[in-house]
Amino acid sequence: MNLQISLLALVQLVLYALLAPLVAGWIHWVKAKLQNRCGARIFQPYRDLYKLFNKEARMAHTASQLFRASPYIVFTATLLAASAVPLLSINLPTAAIADIIAIAGLLALSRFFLALAGMDVGTAFGGMGASREMLVSALAEPAMLVAVFTLAMTAHTTNLASLVGFQLTETFVLRPSFMFALAALVLVAIAETGRIPVDNPSTHLELTMIHEAMILEYSGRHLALMEWAAQLKLLLYGTLLTNVFFPWGIAQDLSLTSLAIGLLSLIAKLLLLGIILAISETVLAKMRLFRTPAFLNLALLLGLLGMLSHVILEIGV
Amino acid sequence: MNLELVPMLQQIMLVLASMVLLISFILMDQVRLVAAIHTFAWQGALIAAITTIVAISEGHMHLYFSALLTFTLKALLIPWMLHRQVRKLELDHEKEALEHPVIASMIAVALVIFSYWLVLPIVQQELIFTRNVVAISLAVVLIGFLIMVVRKQAIAQVLGFMSMENGLFLAAVSATSGMPLIIELGVAFDVLVAMVLFGIFFFQIRESIESLDVDRLNHLSESEKE
Amino acid sequence: MPSALWFAGLAVSFSLLSAIIPVFTVNTPRLLRVLTTLLLCLIGIAALISGLITLSENEVATAELPLGLPWLHWHIRLDALSGFFISLIGVVTVAIGLYSYGYVRGFEHGQDSLIALGGFTGLFLTGMLLVVLADDAFMFMISWELMSLSSYFLVAFHHEHAANRRAAFLYLLMAHVGGLSILLSYGVLASLGDGFTFEAMRAAEIPFGWASLSFILAFIGFGMKAGLLPLHAWLPEAHPVAPSHISALMSGVMLKVAVYGLIRVIFDLIGQFHWQWGVTVLTIGSISALLGVLYALMQNDLKRLLAYSSVENLGIIFIGLGLSILFMSENHRLIATVAFVAALYHSLNHALFKSLLFLGAGSILHSANEQDLEKMGGLLRRMPWTGLFFLIGCISISSLPPFNGFVSEWLTFQAALQTWQLNSGVLRSLLPIAAAMLALTGALAAACFVKVYGIAFLGQARSRHIRRARPVPLSMRVGQGILALFCLLLGLLPVPFISLIDNVPRQVLDQTLTQATAHGWLWLTPVSADTASYGAPLIAIALFIALGLGLWLVGRGIRRVRRCDAWDCGFAPPTPNMQYTSTAFAQPIRRVFGLLFKIEEGVERNQQGKLTHHLKISDRAWGLFYAPIARTVEKAASKITRIQSGNIRTYLGWSLTTLVFLLWVIA
Repeated sequence: MNLQISLLALVQLVLYALLAPLVAGWIHWVKAKLQNRCGARIFQPYRDLYKLFNKEARMAHTASQLFRASPYIVFTATLLAASAVPLLSINLPTAAIADIIAIAGLLALSRFFLALAGMDVGTAFGGMGASREMLVSALAEPAMLVAVFTLAMTAHTTNLASLVGFQLTETFVLRPSFMFALAALVLVAIAETGRIPVDNPSTHLELTMIHEAMILEYSGRHLALMEWAAQLKLLLYGTLLTNVFFPWGIAQDLSLTSLAIGLLSLIAKLLLLGIILAISETVLAKMRLFRTPAFLNLALLLGLLGMLSHVILEIGV
Repeated sequence: MNLELVPMLQQIMLVLASMVLLISFILMDQVRLVAAIHTFAWQGALIAAITTIVAISEGHMHLYFSALLTFTLKALLIPWMLHRQVRKLELDHEKEALEHPVIASMIAVALVIFSYWLVLPIVQQELIFTRNVVAISLAVVLIGFLIMVVRKQAIAQVLGFMSMENGLFLAAVSATSGMPLIIELGVAFDVLVAMVLFGIFFFQIRESIESLDVDRLNHLSESEKE
Repeated sequence: MPSALWFAGLAVSFSLLSAIIPVFTVNTPRLLRVLTTLLLCLIGIAALISGLITLSENEVATAELPLGLPWLHWHIRLDALSGFFISLIGVVTVAIGLYSYGYVRGFEHGQDSLIALGGFTGLFLTGMLLVVLADDAFMFMISWELMSLSSYFLVAFHHEHAANRRAAFLYLLMAHVGGLSILLSYGVLASLGDGFTFEAMRAAEIPFGWASLSFILAFIGFGMKAGLLPLHAWLPEAHPVAPSHISALMSGVMLKVAVYGLIRVIFDLIGQFHWQWGVTVLTIGSISALLGVLYALMQNDLKRLLAYSSVENLGIIFIGLGLSILFMSENHRLIATVAFVAALYHSLNHALFKSLLFLGAGSILHSANEQDLEKMGGLLRRMPWTGLFFLIGCISISSLPPFNGFVSEWLTFQAALQTWQLNSGVLRSLLPIAAAMLALTGALAAACFVKVYGIAFLGQARSRHIRRARPVPLSMRVGQGILALFCLLLGLLPVPFISLIDNVPRQVLDQTLTQATAHGWLWLTPVSADTASYGAPLIAIALFIALGLGLWLVGRGIRRVRRCDAWDCGFAPPTPNMQYTSTAFAQPIRRVFGLLFKIEEGVERNQQGKLTHHLKISDRAWGLFYAPIARTVEKAASKITRIQSGNIRTYLGWSLTTLVFLLWVIA
């Protein structure tokens, strides 16, 4: 039994790493279709990664060893964070490594090194990207925390496996607080994963870049790891949102059928999420950097309203 | 209060009440006048929906009527009138950003907590549900007042005033299953008349100071310095 | 084996000795350095041993010294709380002792008086050790003033600059106002109890009103020393101007002595918990944390930045204490203990990483004589060891896993997340807001230290003397290394350390955190395993495996990394001047939080007709809090000067009036 669970945890970890480029590819594909382009094939991100891993990695003369170590740290920290988010099954031993606050901490660690790596070469772009990234993430943090508080006040846990378990066992009730928390977390996720309208992952226009500006100097396998980590982060947030708020279908035992159902429902949910994201990215335009605080203030406000409606409407002792 | 024991209709009502509160916040931060009017219309529609739910669960016939009245008046008629005035006054593209939106919304959050604190002394078990909704209504009233304080645009201030009225109506519906029909009709008529009067005022203000920015009215003060 | 108290006595005697020694060895500076280093290490080790014994044995040792007033001898008491703080002093002292061997060498050829430095450092340590050991208000106040005064002389060490003298005077002034407030607080407690011993104060039955008065006075006094807003103004002035290892002692250790004092008075002596107090501490703590880090972000002077960041971290510690008081007031002992342990753990962590960072700043000063961030850059390649240790300090202070800062912040969050257990709905909605402010603080701290590290250690050197920087001597590196190692250990193995300090809440709050450590050394589960858990060792192992794998790939040489020029967009190659500066990095945050700063910015044309840009960002506290007080005092003073007529007989008349009045009062 124990061995099985550990094996399952390993499978989920590998699945995370493997699925991440696919999700990115899917979003690209849907976006291309929506914009009347033929677009690249869904599996293109895998080829890109393969190509990058085989290319020579280069480093600027001015870069230090930190520049070299950062991709490994960024990727591992993101993967570790992902390992604590239930993907197929709520029997996840690795979920105990990090509760949601520790997951946020791990993502912050990867962001820390990403920003430092951006500043390491000493070009203007790297510093600019790092400065902006730290601003966006700092403003996203309180919104995320208040939303997490709302969930934790109801479910009395911040362990994601227990949280999803709570959602599954509870009889169906309408919770205004969860709706607000979901909305807040969606906005936070958009900001944190650098999607439109906060950042545009496909631009290389100097003045609008955030994430791309930081990894501008990377090449070869270093760049591959950085890109992969970004895709992983997107998948992580997607799974977090879908599995916490719409946990239906996730496996509760270890039988093969329930795992298969878990996988199928996961894929269905991710496909749907990808479509929604692609539509929203097609109809929205990127905001100016200094509009982002208003965007994240809205997230914070939604989080606060969720927390207040929980306190006032749902408990009300 | 255990949410699982609350009937589904009341759960829906809770969701709607929280949406009403959300709309108050949006109304305050809404930069564009036309969008603000639409937001206000949504608040009216939500209030009407809540009234309908109370009508279904209580089975009062007059509440259906009152829901219909609310919907026509607050979700359709008043927004339409405001919209028309905005077009006549050529304010369609008028934008008015708050000076400190974050501070304003944090004050509003504080007002919500304050109104919850105000109703807390009610501890009777059977009244808890009502009390909580009353807390929300009170918060909507106070935020309506806050909107009138922080916005400069006269039309935006009217929206704040009207949303105060929405809050009062919500409190009445949830606490006493609506007021007697005759009072409701009277209030509705008052609101309508107020709206017409506001409309006339808009044109008057506009004519005398060539703007609807109420801060310009400061010049009328006699104790003006310098 | 000698008792814990014996070791504590040993530490105090050594520190007195180190205060005297400089007088005799002034002509042989090298001998002085060796002896001071040796003594500091001995003080540290003795203090550490004494603290560890106390913590592990859960015993309270008391003694009475035949010193002090005839009717009030000095009482000494070593319980778990004192033990914790005495070991904190010990750890940092060892590192600073080693560091000072190399660092002080820079002063040998200058005009600075080594007698003053060595002597006052010894007195400073004596003062801090005695504060922690004191068991009566009289001895406490004497040691407290000894600590304040000796640190005043250390702040004024570089007294040739007028700005430093001014900073030192401000420090002295604030320290005295704070000391007065603490004295009054003890006065209230002593008059209600039976005398000035802590024993009597503990036994006293104190009504709520008097207890609140005493609480407020103590909070003002200790909060002033701890640099809480709005009483923090002296801190960013005084800490940076002292020699760096002294800055480390002041920021890392002396502020913790203030925390100790507050815990002693509220949790131990008063022994009551009211939600109003909790809310006060929590609010002030949150505001200090947030504004502290925002002001830190705006600084370009490295040591000043670190000093402001101390304000932030003390804020976090007080958030923990505030939560603890709040939960105690509703009698949730377990959660209160989680918050309390979080505050203690953060005190220890802050002592370690802030000292580490100040020592790092000192190393840069030592080797390049520079503390302006705008002139640094590329130091990692010039001082690799200092760079590595400084990086560890930065990660720790940004509260990132798997280092120590994260553990204490995580524990604080876990305590706050138990808000749902509170009865009061208003508190239930206020606590998450405080926690959100803490989250914002944490993220901004990360931004701040990305800025510091990125600007100072990465990129290219922005000035010539930075380009010539050389690694610092071995002793300085070892001093930093010890602290970095402890940062790592406390982050990796939180469970053993928490079970070690478990005796502190056992004695103070009558509750332990056994469930936190019940799942073995891998898992930290503050409330229960279902609620939340954190496996720091596993995270570290995974990170090290990944790094090892990367290094192995590089080491095998099959995938060599070729060096090339940085991307220049097809224009001129990037020069150091094109890099983002420290001011530029902080600009977006300055703009978003613009209301909280007093910003004077403008472009002017100077005499040569060149355009110059000037930017001055200052603390709003000066204008909002200090200036009105100063004006009032000045106004009052100018009124009172009327009494000063210069006529001696008038003065005598005043004296006579006073005498008559006093006699009337007594009668």
